[in-house]
Amino acid sequence: MQYEYETEGGLENEPVKYIEKTRSYYEAQGFDRAYKWADNAGIPWHRLSKPLSECNVTFIVTAVPDGTIPKLSRQGGSFALDEMPDAFRTDELSWDKQATHTRDRESYIPMVALQQLAEEGVIGSVSARYHFVPTEYSQSNTLNSDAPAIRDACLADEVDIAILVPL
Amino acid sequence: MTARELESHGIATVIIGSGLDIVEKCGVPRYLHNDIPLGNPLGHPYAAAEQRASVASALQLVEQATAPTIRFGKLKWRGGEAWRVNYMKIDETNRETLRLAGIENRRSRLEQIEKGEKR
Repeated sequence: MQYEYETEGGLENEPVKYIEKTRSYYEAQGFDRAYKWADNAGIPWHRLSKPLSECNVTFIVTAVPDGTIPKLSRQGGSFALDEMPDAFRTDELSWDKQATHTRDRESYIPMVALQQLAEEGVIGSVSARYHFVPTEYSQSNTLNSDAPAIRDACLADEVDIAILVPL
Repeated sequence: MTARELESHGIATVIIGSGLDIVEKCGVPRYLHNDIPLGNPLGHPYAAAEQRASVASALQLVEQATAPTIRFGKLKWRGGEAWRVNYMKIDETNRETLRLAGIENRRSRLEQIEKGEKR
């Protein structure tokens, strides 16, 4: 995979190897088939065609706004920004429950930061809708259902930039 | 995968997260890596300035990058570094608990499938 790498402060420690940890963890739970992580050869690329200050920005999260929907039933969807819940359902996701908590919504939902940046003219606007994509075991569901639905919603909303914040 | 789909259709994307190896392997256009525990990808809880700085940095990456780029953020976890070892740690104190959790996990999934709750 060809990336450019840059740093704001340097890495002092080796980043955690989550793929290896997850494999061992599920093996310890008796799952005999390791999850096959998405692994792609090329990387799609689209350069901005307008200044940041004119861009309409949305965000996509893996924390679910409506936690009453059974986990295995959840589908990607779009939600009105002005109807955002005070709290999202996060307990079923694999974040580090020993080291931290998710009681601060803004630590994983970038809404307030984006609204400030829009007020200051750094970005043009925050899109009226944000989007949820479930953490899916089935890559087929993500590729063939959730991602296209969110893509279509973003195109309909004339989104220029999407910030994705996986939890 | 969602980022790849949007980028392929003319929407510039950037991911802000803390799972470097997973994102790197998938192949994404832009990624801001905050090297802190999973759960608060934008920054420490209630640290509004930090969270805003992460978002601003990610937008700057969209504006400035000329090729797929991974940027390492400057955040350092205030609670020390033990989380690196402790996350999903497996040892003799929890091996049996994990085995039983796996049995329950599979039972629960089957139950949900039988109830028609799987998409």
